[in-house]
Amino acid sequence: MAHDSLYAAPPTAEAEPGAGRLASLRGLLGSWDAVIVAALVVAVLVASLTVENFATGRNAQFLLLDLMPLALIALPMTLIVITGEIDLSVASMVGLCSTLMGQLWLSSGLSLELICVLVVLLGAVLGAVNGLFVTGFGLPSLAVTIGTLALYRGLSFVVLGDQAVADFPADWTAAVVRNIPGTSIPVVVVPLLVLAVIFGVVLHATAAGRALYAMGNNDQAATFTGVSVARTKFWLFVVSGAVCGLVGILWTLRYASARGDNATGLELTVVTAVLLGGVSIFGGRGALLGVLAGVLLLGVLRNALQLADVDANALTIVTGSLLIASVVLPNAVADIRARLHRRRQRHPVAS
Amino acid sequence: MSAYRRGLRVGATSLTLAALLLSAAACGGTTRDNSNNDAGAGNQASGAANPDAAIKEGLKIAFLPKALNNPYFTVSDNGGKDAVTEIKGEFKEVGPSEASASSQVSYVNTLSQQGMDVIVTSANDPNAICGALNQAKAAGAKIVTFDSDTKPECRQIFVNQVTAEGIAENQVKLISQQIGGEGEIAILSATANATNQNAWIALMKDELKKPEYSKIKLVTVAYGNDDDQKSFQETQGLLQSYPNLKGIISPTTVGVAAAGRYLSGSQYKGKVKLTGLGTPNQMRQYVKDGTVDAFALWSPADLGYLAAYAGAALASGQITGAEGDKFKAGKLGEFTVGKDGVVILGPPTVFDKSNIDQFQF
Repeated sequence: MAHDSLYAAPPTAEAEPGAGRLASLRGLLGSWDAVIVAALVVAVLVASLTVENFATGRNAQFLLLDLMPLALIALPMTLIVITGEIDLSVASMVGLCSTLMGQLWLSSGLSLELICVLVVLLGAVLGAVNGLFVTGFGLPSLAVTIGTLALYRGLSFVVLGDQAVADFPADWTAAVVRNIPGTSIPVVVVPLLVLAVIFGVVLHATAAGRALYAMGNNDQAATFTGVSVARTKFWLFVVSGAVCGLVGILWTLRYASARGDNATGLELTVVTAVLLGGVSIFGGRGALLGVLAGVLLLGVLRNALQLADVDANALTIVTGSLLIASVVLPNAVADIRARLHRRRQRHPVAS
Repeated sequence: MSAYRRGLRVGATSLTLAALLLSAAACGGTTRDNSNNDAGAGNQASGAANPDAAIKEGLKIAFLPKALNNPYFTVSDNGGKDAVTEIKGEFKEVGPSEASASSQVSYVNTLSQQGMDVIVTSANDPNAICGALNQAKAAGAKIVTFDSDTKPECRQIFVNQVTAEGIAENQVKLISQQIGGEGEIAILSATANATNQNAWIALMKDELKKPEYSKIKLVTVAYGNDDDQKSFQETQGLLQSYPNLKGIISPTTVGVAAAGRYLSGSQYKGKVKLTGLGTPNQMRQYVKDGTVDAFALWSPADLGYLAAYAGAALASGQITGAEGDKFKAGKLGEFTVGKDGVVILGPPTVFDKSNIDQFQF
């Protein structure tokens, strides 16, 4: 899905038809998500060869389970950031949905199936509140969602205080950590893949998806194409909330504990993964494949360093450095290539 | 569009390759260099305890605190390290950078993959790490919790610092000694709904009913909300409202430090006695300037030390975690496992002028 024309790289990124190996290498450099995929492959190879217990089925299961919340929330976040907005309230929505699920299970007497449906709807409502403030009142999403980050986290402590609800049925809590029979891949990967395909198709293969890029580049221009910018953004925030509701359910069941502080701080990891995956924080640029690779890269690094007994504080430093590199490198590469291009134009070489 | 298709192809192949590598189930499970793999050992481990068994050498013992960068756990884990050195084992400390329930799970998973003999942990949530701990148990690790317990069925031993009765007895005794066994006292607590504080205060009230404390009168319980400024103001308020006040008990580290700061700068310094639960580093200057005679807290280092020995005793078959099992914990002497696999460190350590400089936490 490396759609070259979506990148703000100079036009030389378009390799000539029937290009040779050199051109494809140039094309690779031009798309950051391909770079990230390559980095992921290298990281997996190096970790497999150097870190004991890394390349085992059991570790694959742990790694994917740990990444699930991050990967799921990164899907709607990618679309939101491409439109030039951001949703920083995601982790707080997960926490609030988790405590609401706990409270409903504790006191409502409803079946757990129904509670799960309700929690996803509640997540959508929380997202709708974000969307309303951003699109209805025309406020910057950064300010709005920092506000709801605090508001929703505060509410999640109102719901349960410092208590935790833990008596969920054992077959439910076991189900979310089960593997696909005969493999070491957790079953929760299935809904992730389904959602990833849906989001990927919408973003990269529909007119609506192209409109998202248009919005990120220029709201006004997007309006002239007949797309309702406000409505689209509103629904993106709603979807983000609903996905957080789903993550809240999975989180609560996996850790068998509904708590007010669940998923604290996750929003920054999600934003890191999205930026690492090549999505521009200013909107208008990025691809879902790169983001998924970014999520996996973060997960592989964290998992491998942990297995290699690297201090937790060092992990935070690595994550920060990666993020800086992912912002600096694509620009540097584009810059170098633009310069090469200018030089070639001055001294044309007969091909 | 050829560039687009090529990008697709490159992306897809690389991602497939990565996925393949990930799920390359090279080998199931972990390699363990000792062969006592009693899979699925529950809380009541199979087989009887053999109190005469020797402590095995080379045991791999890992400490997983609530979070790194927490001075309390740094001290307790170092106590654990001392114990592991004594029994010629391999010590390791790992943990998340912030105290959250979920972050501990991946560390438990890592440790069980690495084939630890013993995992000693202080749980951020009594339930969240249970599944992971049970998997680690199935992989052959023994589980000891300290300071903060999980559900009893998820571990073999819980090393508790002190009983609530022990704290109540100790605090009342200290204040009684300091005020000469008679006069008005007050309690400065944390928040009005703090479970542990309220349990201790209820037991202190029972303790005060004993004949030896008949001349002591508890006039009020004030709440400083574990906030430094509020605790400071509450102390000031207590002394204004109760001019005959002889002593204050503050069984919270924040409250006792704030009360000490107020008293040391006031006319009541040395006249109104203060005791409570505090850390030596917070209280050192007030002990030295005569504001505070003595206060108490358990020793975090001893707590970690005991937890490491309990783990080693489990892994060596000396105990199984059943009630009545006995084991020796180095310099701390012999301990007996109580109900539900709980081991009590003992009465709190009392800090005063004579010993406070031996403690750094």
